[in-house]
Amino acid sequence: MISPYMIFTAILLLTSGAYIIGRKRAFAVAGDRAGLMQMHSRPTYYGLLTAMWCGIPALLVFSAWSVFESGIITQLVIAGMPDAIRDLPPDRLNLIVNDIKNLVSGNIVSAEMDQTLRAAADHYRQLQAVSSAALAVVVLALIMVATTMIMRAIAPSLKARNQVETIIKWMLIACSTIAIFTTIGILLSVLFEAIRFFEKISLTEFLFGLKWSPQMAIREDQVGSSGAFGAIPVFAGTLMISAIAMVVAVPIGLMSAIYLSEYANRRFRAIAKPLMEILAGIPTVVYGFFAALTVAPMIRDTGLGLGLDVSSESALAAGLVMGIMIIPFVSSLSDDVINAVPQAMRDGAYGLGATQSETIKQVVLPAALPGIVGGVLLAVSRAIGETMIVVMAAGLAANLTANPLKTVTTVTVQIVTLLVGDQEFDSPKTLAAFALGLVLFIATLILNVIALHVVRKYREQYE
Amino acid sequence: MNNPAVPSNAPNPQGRRAIEIVNAGLARRYRKERRFRLYGISAILASLLFLSFLFGSIISKGYSAFQQTFIQLDIFFDPAILSQESLSTANYPGIVKQSLRQMFPEAQSRRDKRMLYGLVSSDASFQIRKMVLDSPEMIGQTLPVWVVADDDIDMLEKGHFDLDAPESERRIKDIQLTWVDRLKKENRIEKRFNRILFTAGDSREPELAGILGAVAGSFYTLLVTLLLSFPIGIASAVYLEEFASKNRWTDLIEVNINNLAAVPSIVFGLLGLAVFLNFFGLPRSAPLVGGLVLTLMTLPTIIIASRASLQSVPPSIREAALGIGASKMQMVTHHVLPLALPGILTGTIIGMARALGESAPLLMIGMVAFIVDVPGGFTDPSTVLPVQIFLWADSPERAFVERTSAATIVLLAFLIVMNASAVYLRKKFERRW
Repeated sequence: MISPYMIFTAILLLTSGAYIIGRKRAFAVAGDRAGLMQMHSRPTYYGLLTAMWCGIPALLVFSAWSVFESGIITQLVIAGMPDAIRDLPPDRLNLIVNDIKNLVSGNIVSAEMDQTLRAAADHYRQLQAVSSAALAVVVLALIMVATTMIMRAIAPSLKARNQVETIIKWMLIACSTIAIFTTIGILLSVLFEAIRFFEKISLTEFLFGLKWSPQMAIREDQVGSSGAFGAIPVFAGTLMISAIAMVVAVPIGLMSAIYLSEYANRRFRAIAKPLMEILAGIPTVVYGFFAALTVAPMIRDTGLGLGLDVSSESALAAGLVMGIMIIPFVSSLSDDVINAVPQAMRDGAYGLGATQSETIKQVVLPAALPGIVGGVLLAVSRAIGETMIVVMAAGLAANLTANPLKTVTTVTVQIVTLLVGDQEFDSPKTLAAFALGLVLFIATLILNVIALHVVRKYREQYE
Repeated sequence: MNNPAVPSNAPNPQGRRAIEIVNAGLARRYRKERRFRLYGISAILASLLFLSFLFGSIISKGYSAFQQTFIQLDIFFDPAILSQESLSTANYPGIVKQSLRQMFPEAQSRRDKRMLYGLVSSDASFQIRKMVLDSPEMIGQTLPVWVVADDDIDMLEKGHFDLDAPESERRIKDIQLTWVDRLKKENRIEKRFNRILFTAGDSREPELAGILGAVAGSFYTLLVTLLLSFPIGIASAVYLEEFASKNRWTDLIEVNINNLAAVPSIVFGLLGLAVFLNFFGLPRSAPLVGGLVLTLMTLPTIIIASRASLQSVPPSIREAALGIGASKMQMVTHHVLPLALPGILTGTIIGMARALGESAPLLMIGMVAFIVDVPGGFTDPSTVLPVQIFLWADSPERAFVERTSAATIVLLAFLIVMNASAVYLRKKFERRW
């Protein structure tokens, strides 16, 4: 049986072989040293050109084949099954297909193994073998044809270097467009599912509804499964936790940036700055663990000591820890913009007799304000999109409350809880996650665009 | 002030000279100055305090997980049990139970026996089985064997157990405590280095759970990420920095890259779920898909760092190369890229460190499953180290708190090594032109 790994390795091996053959061929065509001088390019480029002609088409065919193979085989297997099975509703059919795939890969099967399933699995395996063999043949033929063609073309007049460079340039361009495709991919994937969600739940109910309880009733008489999709409590919870985080992060981050850039001597700066950046490098899951296990119980005990009713998954704990995480973000961005303020402005203030703090407060900060605002906006977008801390330390209950000691939930928490585990892709419950994702993406996109614009404009001002 | 006829030290209408007004306010202004400085330094101290608190809390909770409690049992390799069937399917739990009963004959009632068996981990019988299969000649002998203790006993030995609680609320009962005391007196309880933590996959039993599966999953995922994001990142940066003319199209690419760098990571998870899993039908929970998602997430970081590094190569190098007849591509591959490579590598390592710590998008593509086996390839179901931390943090057993902290320490150690090597690279190869 030919596995895709084998074909892939073969392509790579043949490609390196093609390089050697192409280079040899160039030497052979040239004959001697004088002939080599007559060639348009160095022999290496003829080798590279041969390798590219050998490898690129083969790899393209290989990846296209891998993408479409399983879908086509599945269709063929379904077509070959008895009518009784083919006429099943799509979700039941999916289950059977899953069982067949499990049988093929030797996993445990959920249903009883009956004869039709076994036959279908054999059919699947057989088709897979045929497909792999066909792929191998196609790829090999392609490699042979392309390599012979290019070998024949190798001549002193062939502009191998220019061709290689053009191919590389197109590869560079292709790589740089991946960013655009990623954005399009995000938009489309979130948008399509979100539109399907809004076909079932109206947009106004989602955006302005006051009750969030996404559990759908599977049976008619089930208790506590209302399936309400009003997202206001979720948005409010997100805003509250982000606000708490900003209350912690902005003053501390800004003041440390001011101290580091205006007061600290070189040695202190060289030690303190990297230490603070460690905070930015700690994985968010570690913050989440810290919030859930250390900070939340601490706040709860303190609150109980003061006679307050504190929930064990309070918004305060999650917000506090998230604020700590964002401190270095705010401080390094503010540090940049404070350093960009021209020294002449400070000297002017000192010349008028202002103290250092007066200079900072009345000259440097107002001048740096747009940049700082931009940085804070970026930090807000970071806080809104932060996931692990809130998943681990904030709750699931969508309470509409202004009390930071109560449990609230956030957009990211809801996305995670709705999508982790078993999903069915046509229930509003799953689709709601994509609607929330769309809101999250748009909100952070707007914040980022504004922030980047502000920061950029500010930089230009002093350059 | 803009009237030059009045000198600044002349008496003003109130009869005071300007310098007197300034002097009067000086003390107050200096106090303000000191206060402002104090705010600054206390902000820095506060964040450093948080940092040390975080590290202190995790290390103090996790260091004890690197040791594990073992109990010595006198195992009688009973020929009656071991020879009647084939050796690999014999009743090994029965052997462990038998020797426990012999050591503590006072456990008669059913409840007492169950608590007695609870002293050692379920792994004990597998250990005995392995010993017997390795050397069948021990059948019929009685040998002392060190077996892994149950996680509750482990917690008791490490002092994480609240003995003041009433017996009914404790997981360890009084009778078990007397047994443990007796074992201790006979020197049959010992703490050793916890090898299981580093050589096992996940488990429902805390004393048998290890991080090897998660570390292997992280390794495969990061390998995919590195193999894809490093070349693609360099290629995009080179194109944008060296070849692209400034026009609408490149502007669009730039805006996109900057935006993607700030998109929440969970959105990349949604993309992975909708595109890689549902559209392309790739397997769930696979490092391959995790690597693809993390590639899209780290690409902007690598591209931005690489561009900055390429920008710092002075134009004179480029002009010199072009001047002696190199083509533009030769100029880039022979001169600019080698000079920019240390900076690009630094950016890549930082991007990989971020990818190693990332968990939210991987939750979306099913890398949160409970997986016991250590993955052996790119399409095996697996989880990654941060997700393992997330899973263990959710487990109710006290022993998992310790394991979670230990896994966190390992993760942080990896990150510190990666970041330190990035700093070292930057220091060693940093060049001021």
